[in-house]
Amino acid sequence: MSMGYQIVVCGSIVPDPLQTLEPIDTPAGPALKNEMLLPAVLDPWAGHALYEAANLASRVPGSKVWLVSLGAKAKLQQVMMTIAQKVSFELLAIDGPASGFVDAHSVAEILAEAITAIPCLDRSRLLLFGGWESASRGAGVTLQLIGERLGILDQFQGVDQVSVQADGSLEILERIESGRHQVSSCSGPPALLGWATGSLPEPRNNPQIGMVNMRTVMPALQRAKPTTLGQNALRYRSVSPPKQQRQTRVVKDLSADEVAGEIVEWIARK
Amino acid sequence: MAVDIACVGFGPAMGGFLTTLSRSLLNADGTPRFESASLPGAPLQVICYERAEGLGFGVSGVVTRARGIRGSFPELNPAQIPMAVPVRAEKLVYLLDPGKASRRSLALRTIDRLIRTFGALGRFWDEAVELPFIPSFLRKHDGLVLSIGQFNQWVGEQLTSSGLVQIWPGTPASGPLIENNGVSGVRLVDQGTDLSGAPAEGFMPGMDVRAALTVVGDGPVGAVGRGIDAHFGLPQGHGIREWALGMKMVIELREDCSLEPGTVFHTFGFPEPQIFGFLYVHPNRMASVGIFIPSWFRSPVRTAYRYLQHFILHPYLWRHLEGGTLKSWGAKSLQESGRYGEPFLAGNGYARIGEGSGSTNVLAGSGVDEAWTTGVQLAEAVIQLLEQKRPFTRENLEKAYVRRRRASWVDQESRVACDSRNGFPYGMIPGLLGMAIAGFSRGKMFIRARSESPPKAGLSLEEVYAGRISAEELKRMGDEAIARGMPLHDQIMNRCGWPEIPLDGKLLVSQQDALLMGGSVQAPPGYANHVVFVRPEVCRNCEPKLCVEMCSGQAITRGEDGVPSFDREKCVFCGACLWNCRAGTDGEPSNVDFRAGAGGLHSALN
Repeated sequence: MSMGYQIVVCGSIVPDPLQTLEPIDTPAGPALKNEMLLPAVLDPWAGHALYEAANLASRVPGSKVWLVSLGAKAKLQQVMMTIAQKVSFELLAIDGPASGFVDAHSVAEILAEAITAIPCLDRSRLLLFGGWESASRGAGVTLQLIGERLGILDQFQGVDQVSVQADGSLEILERIESGRHQVSSCSGPPALLGWATGSLPEPRNNPQIGMVNMRTVMPALQRAKPTTLGQNALRYRSVSPPKQQRQTRVVKDLSADEVAGEIVEWIARK
Repeated sequence: MAVDIACVGFGPAMGGFLTTLSRSLLNADGTPRFESASLPGAPLQVICYERAEGLGFGVSGVVTRARGIRGSFPELNPAQIPMAVPVRAEKLVYLLDPGKASRRSLALRTIDRLIRTFGALGRFWDEAVELPFIPSFLRKHDGLVLSIGQFNQWVGEQLTSSGLVQIWPGTPASGPLIENNGVSGVRLVDQGTDLSGAPAEGFMPGMDVRAALTVVGDGPVGAVGRGIDAHFGLPQGHGIREWALGMKMVIELREDCSLEPGTVFHTFGFPEPQIFGFLYVHPNRMASVGIFIPSWFRSPVRTAYRYLQHFILHPYLWRHLEGGTLKSWGAKSLQESGRYGEPFLAGNGYARIGEGSGSTNVLAGSGVDEAWTTGVQLAEAVIQLLEQKRPFTRENLEKAYVRRRRASWVDQESRVACDSRNGFPYGMIPGLLGMAIAGFSRGKMFIRARSESPPKAGLSLEEVYAGRISAEELKRMGDEAIARGMPLHDQIMNRCGWPEIPLDGKLLVSQQDALLMGGSVQAPPGYANHVVFVRPEVCRNCEPKLCVEMCSGQAITRGEDGVPSFDREKCVFCGACLWNCRAGTDGEPSNVDFRAGAGGLHSALN
């Protein structure tokens, strides 16, 4: 792989999962109450994909990483101030809703168009990364749909590891039942990898990486095209928060067996 | 790494600085006005490092006259800023104690009895008296109610989208780089360490960021500002002796709540006479409700969280708040020494702005607008020095920045305020009288300060609760608290007649639930503990442990061997442990080393 990979990571933002999210009906369809007031984070699944992409790019000279992100521009900007310190990438921003109440087909269409428009994109070097799930209440199919639109046939979901073999082929570990991995291989790009958690810790904040990234991130945000994203493509009959019950108990130094025992007992009572 | 201007702490002061500076960094044709000395050929490199994970994770209950803010945004429409609204109704309210559990002096009890008997000329209901007027020095009638989180976020969005300055959240600075009798930048914290700070997986030593000018706006407990104070000392006669802990909740009011956006209540008298409170109503049925526990509140039982819950339950407020939902929660330390807490505002290579520079007006109870304005003043000075191509020496900054600040309303009003709170160590009534005297006389008259503040080390439970709880019972409660590893305050408050909080799971929740529901407190891995107990033997012999009693997030608990235990996953970075350490009196250093750290609150509503 003398030329290196062109790794495009699809990753959007989601409201911080630790916040209390409240779906509401609006004239424009379902939305999250006070969504613009809530802190946003990079979708955790997409985060794993981005960090794995940067790690792979650092090991294969000549590689480059793009982050294609659809979300409200102001929120994207906030999140990029954190993400841009961690790994090197070039941002491709699209200004639109990221509430999770949008049709995966519409999102896939927009993202596929944006990826296709990347100048000098070489499909023979293209690896499309993303999360195999999303914390945005999406159906978890968007990445697959993008791959189909781009004509990428080699698709892998639940990926935890990718290794470049001596002949340039890729060995990929996909999660399967019982906590085990299925080992697959493909001859190389183009390929789509929907990441599970991978195995990398979140990279440290590096001010130098941040300074370099910012030279391209802010212009990308300023160029971000607004999209209405198929508002009429999907209609919801109703939305409601999941039934949940908070029973907080803060305990330190409890063994895993004791914790498991308590959870089993709690489930048995329900 | 080298930049031209390194800034630490993104709050209102830094917002004012960067907003003003960024507007002067381009020529009319869009070309850079100043060339970088650190990166020749590039525009001026201005970087701001913020400790918290987001720009909107600050805490403050804000009602402000917004003179400085409006000066920066003359066409400001409050509707542009989420949760902002003009002040429309303002009340100053004296709250009586419906349960008679608070520690009130005989004089105050007599006043309360008279109010209950005569009804305070028809202004007494729901155990409260609405005062017929608000002193001019307290009024915010022409101002704004803000959420500091949303305001900071709004300012930050405009700054970062300009591309002229960079702001990096989640990047704590561990301290100043002090060289050649000046500051040459900051050192960022080590990453990839264990809790003790030892290198672990992915270790990345804190980077040195060198700059011709370091702008210090990291607040009253910030590591860079305190590092500079520790090295250079404070001006003669100055000292940071007075503090307060502010704790607030953001509450979504019930649908039929009649409070209008822009309504402001300032309260005093309850839950304890020394504790001031507030309620500010934002748009969309949101309200900020909070209290301040001052350092001159002479009681080791000083849990802000439980007091805040009793405050909310006061009949005067509860009629509005009942049925509400907790949306956010937070706490912060306030530097309440005012002008007497002012450090050297400038030195070789550095300048101080904001609350950590002593800008808070302790008479008006106003800090955000003053902080903003000091940032604006420094930016104007920096632009002047850049234009004149003069270096950021102490002498130049004194002339360009400090003189500008001294000539401004911020400084003039701080002179009026500086002795206004001298009466509070004598009691609440002398304290209020002292404020009135200083305020109405424009600072010409004031109550003489006590020669020494009552030492925290002298705060004994027996003294504070004499006549209410016997020494034997207090000893038994103390022993029980030690045996259970719990703070003492709940037992004592229960014993004094404070009712149990009727938890409802929505607004009245346990403190641990407030951490999760309201604060979403986080602690990213790979950072060292930022609260360190320096001399364990001092902590072992310390009772009552004020650091445990005052900890806003219950992050500091009683350790097994008598040394407090710290859990950074619960810390909200309020800094109360720093000034509540009983060892830090009589010129001794505090036994709490409060360092720079990552994480904390993860809510932008406060």
